[in-house]
Amino acid sequence: MEAFDINSIPQEKFEFVADRDIMHDKPLETKHVGYLRDAFRRFRRNKGSVVAAVIILLLVLFAIIVPFCTQYSVSYTDQMYYCAMPYNKAFENTSFWDGCKEVTQGKKTTRVFYAMGEESGHNAIKNQEYTVDDGNYTYRLNSIHKVGVIYKTLTPSEYEAIQEYQDKHDVQIIYPMVPTANRPTDATDKLDANYYFVTRSKGGKTEIVYGDDGWSITPAYGKYLVGETTNDGYTSKMRIEGDEGVTIDGEKYYYTYSRIAGAGYEVRVNYYEYYKYYHAEIARDGIKEPKFLLGCDSLGHDILTCLSSGARFSFIFAIVVAVVNMLVGAIYGSIEGYYGGKRDLIMERISDILSAIPMMIVITLLKYHMGGASHILVLFLSFFLTGWIGMASTTRMQFYRFKNQEYVLAARTLGAKDRRLMFKHIFPNAIGTLVTSCALVIPSMIYSEVSLTYLGIINLSTGNITSVGTLISSGQAVMSTFPHVALFPSLFLMLLMLSFNLFGNGLRDAFNPSLRGSEG
Amino acid sequence: MYMFKYVLKRLGLMIMTFSIIMLICFVLIKLLPLSVPRALGEDPNLSYLRLEGRGYITNLVWKNGNVVGYDRVPILTQLWNYLVRIFTSGDFGVGITISEYKNAGVWDVFIEKLPPTILINIYSTLIGVPIGLGLGIFAALKKNKWQDQVINVIIILLVSVPSIVFALVIQYVFCFKLDWFPLLMESGTDYFSLAMFKSMFPAVFSLCLGSIAGYARFTRAELSEVLTNDYMLLARTKGLTRGQATLRHAMRNSMVVIFPSILSEFIAVLSGSLIIERMFSIPGVGGLYLDAINSKDYDFFMFLSGFYCLVGLLAGIIVDISYGFIDPRIRMGAK
Repeated sequence: MEAFDINSIPQEKFEFVADRDIMHDKPLETKHVGYLRDAFRRFRRNKGSVVAAVIILLLVLFAIIVPFCTQYSVSYTDQMYYCAMPYNKAFENTSFWDGCKEVTQGKKTTRVFYAMGEESGHNAIKNQEYTVDDGNYTYRLNSIHKVGVIYKTLTPSEYEAIQEYQDKHDVQIIYPMVPTANRPTDATDKLDANYYFVTRSKGGKTEIVYGDDGWSITPAYGKYLVGETTNDGYTSKMRIEGDEGVTIDGEKYYYTYSRIAGAGYEVRVNYYEYYKYYHAEIARDGIKEPKFLLGCDSLGHDILTCLSSGARFSFIFAIVVAVVNMLVGAIYGSIEGYYGGKRDLIMERISDILSAIPMMIVITLLKYHMGGASHILVLFLSFFLTGWIGMASTTRMQFYRFKNQEYVLAARTLGAKDRRLMFKHIFPNAIGTLVTSCALVIPSMIYSEVSLTYLGIINLSTGNITSVGTLISSGQAVMSTFPHVALFPSLFLMLLMLSFNLFGNGLRDAFNPSLRGSEG
Repeated sequence: MYMFKYVLKRLGLMIMTFSIIMLICFVLIKLLPLSVPRALGEDPNLSYLRLEGRGYITNLVWKNGNVVGYDRVPILTQLWNYLVRIFTSGDFGVGITISEYKNAGVWDVFIEKLPPTILINIYSTLIGVPIGLGLGIFAALKKNKWQDQVINVIIILLVSVPSIVFALVIQYVFCFKLDWFPLLMESGTDYFSLAMFKSMFPAVFSLCLGSIAGYARFTRAELSEVLTNDYMLLARTKGLTRGQATLRHAMRNSMVVIFPSILSEFIAVLSGSLIIERMFSIPGVGGLYLDAINSKDYDFFMFLSGFYCLVGLLAGIIVDISYGFIDPRIRMGAK
């Protein structure tokens, strides 16, 4: 047998393994499926979770887009449109979502509402239609036009500006004045500009003086003979009596349109038109018309704007807190799990104690100590202080499972440092569980935020931020008469929690490879 | 003997955790500026005197009949005073700023507020647990049939939809629209009258929905796992009917997991739900806690925080320990 020098084997002695007859290793013929792709495939098979994901996406889009689309801002408020009903132009001719509320009232109240439509053409009673039953009138009351006219005192320049605006846009804002002598004597009705017709006082209550037919009314406007001059300073060509004036007993009269009150003019303005004028000319905030797709709450905030801004805040807040919690929890848990021993024992005690502190105590103490600071910071800190512990223990469990496996030993033998072992070799095993727990934690965080703002412990309603909890709380106060105020925020919350739960469950199953094949 | 040691160890750990939390809480509260009511018609001097009497402040400086300055007692001395008073006379402090309970003993007010909270939660447990268990058993027996699917959907709805929304809907439908129940809880202390129960019902109902869903889901999962075990097949071959086998063998084994959580629920009845109490205006401990937080009444806050913390810790321990008692196979804390 010829001896070889082991260090210099001639080249011709080598042959390729592949040239032999038996080939043990074959390239994989199926397509390689990665962990994420596999998880996604299993997630897609769960129909409920997919639907939930779509709903979540829609809610997120709602929260992102809507605040930019509405003409209102969160700080916008108008007490006149207290609890206005939802209005959608497409549903105007139905008796649903038309900005009206069905009411049953006595004759006097009904007549006052009816008169608003007669005077200005803005019908408080929808289409001026009502049904009478046993002296009770039932009709759909428009929550915008039911305000009618109000008394307002203007400075001379404001007064002129409105008249100019009237002439330019051909609309009537200022309606004829009712002299103080013709107003009702009752203390509250006296201030109500909608009594523009003849009334009398009976037993301390205002009564309408009807005509012979029992329904018609007589206007009680102040007036002067055509040709005379008055000091009301009204020069606008907009007159409800027309250029010719109104003929009473053969004499032609003009109505007076203001009453001099101190240095200013007291006028009767139609609030709907005045609102449009005010926002277009004075406030210049882009609000064109009082139209509230989801109505107003009890302070006159636009619910759509508040809800979408609240939702946006909730989403951003929850995601930021979840990410911070995940980062801190992952690092803490990695150190605990990797090093084990005494270090683990001490760190575990610390997080044990932290997790046993009720959330309420943390929040309250933080709130007391950070007196002037924004409540958002308080909320963030308290969610962070109690929230990262769950993430840390998840990571720690994963580390305990994997740190003694052979591949880690192999990496260590090859000279990998602790940090590389922790984050390159062991930590990726924990990502699936961490992402899932993140998805499950986000809705519970939103819910905690909503309940804390509902309870009034945390108040986020400053400037342009509000919270769904605040909306629910204000809606509950008027729930017996205006259920829509509480309905929309609760509906949002319900959809969100439901879909996040389904989504989270689907994600958990998808990221759990041990379930592979077990589901049908 | 082994169990006894384990229980002692757990209790010791719990007391340690509790003491540390309360110590932190106490120190953080004492670091805050004093909260003395300054509302119209109130005499802050009285509050200062009260605080001095409790050993929280000292060296009051008087000027024109008003307190203009004081020194804070060192925190550890305050803690000593506080603890001595608790252990010698059961005195947890008095209300300083909380509007209804100025100068009222914290413990007395707490005892007065406890019955509504406990009653509501006990009713809800008594209603919720049997219904939840029943639904769960039914669903497990009919697994993958339409009954199971319906129950599953109900469970998912009840679990996911937050109690805030349920409570709102219940209040709107039953109290406003149908007018079956009064809006507010009956006043007075006649806790076991029919009118009282009726007025509590909306709150009880909203509370028990959550526990119904929880128990139904839990029972269904446990029982359907047990039902697939081989010994169930053996029981059937032995000649037991399906009902007998389920009742005698499957139920007992699934109870090992379910029973502890029922036990812990009976501890948790003490704490109740802040949201439900606020929504239905229940004059309970939750409302008192919110009042204390909002009016910065530190003695009330300290005591109630300790109470909630203790209830939470106890409920956790009860679950762990009862596993060991119910199932002889489980040796808690064994190496």
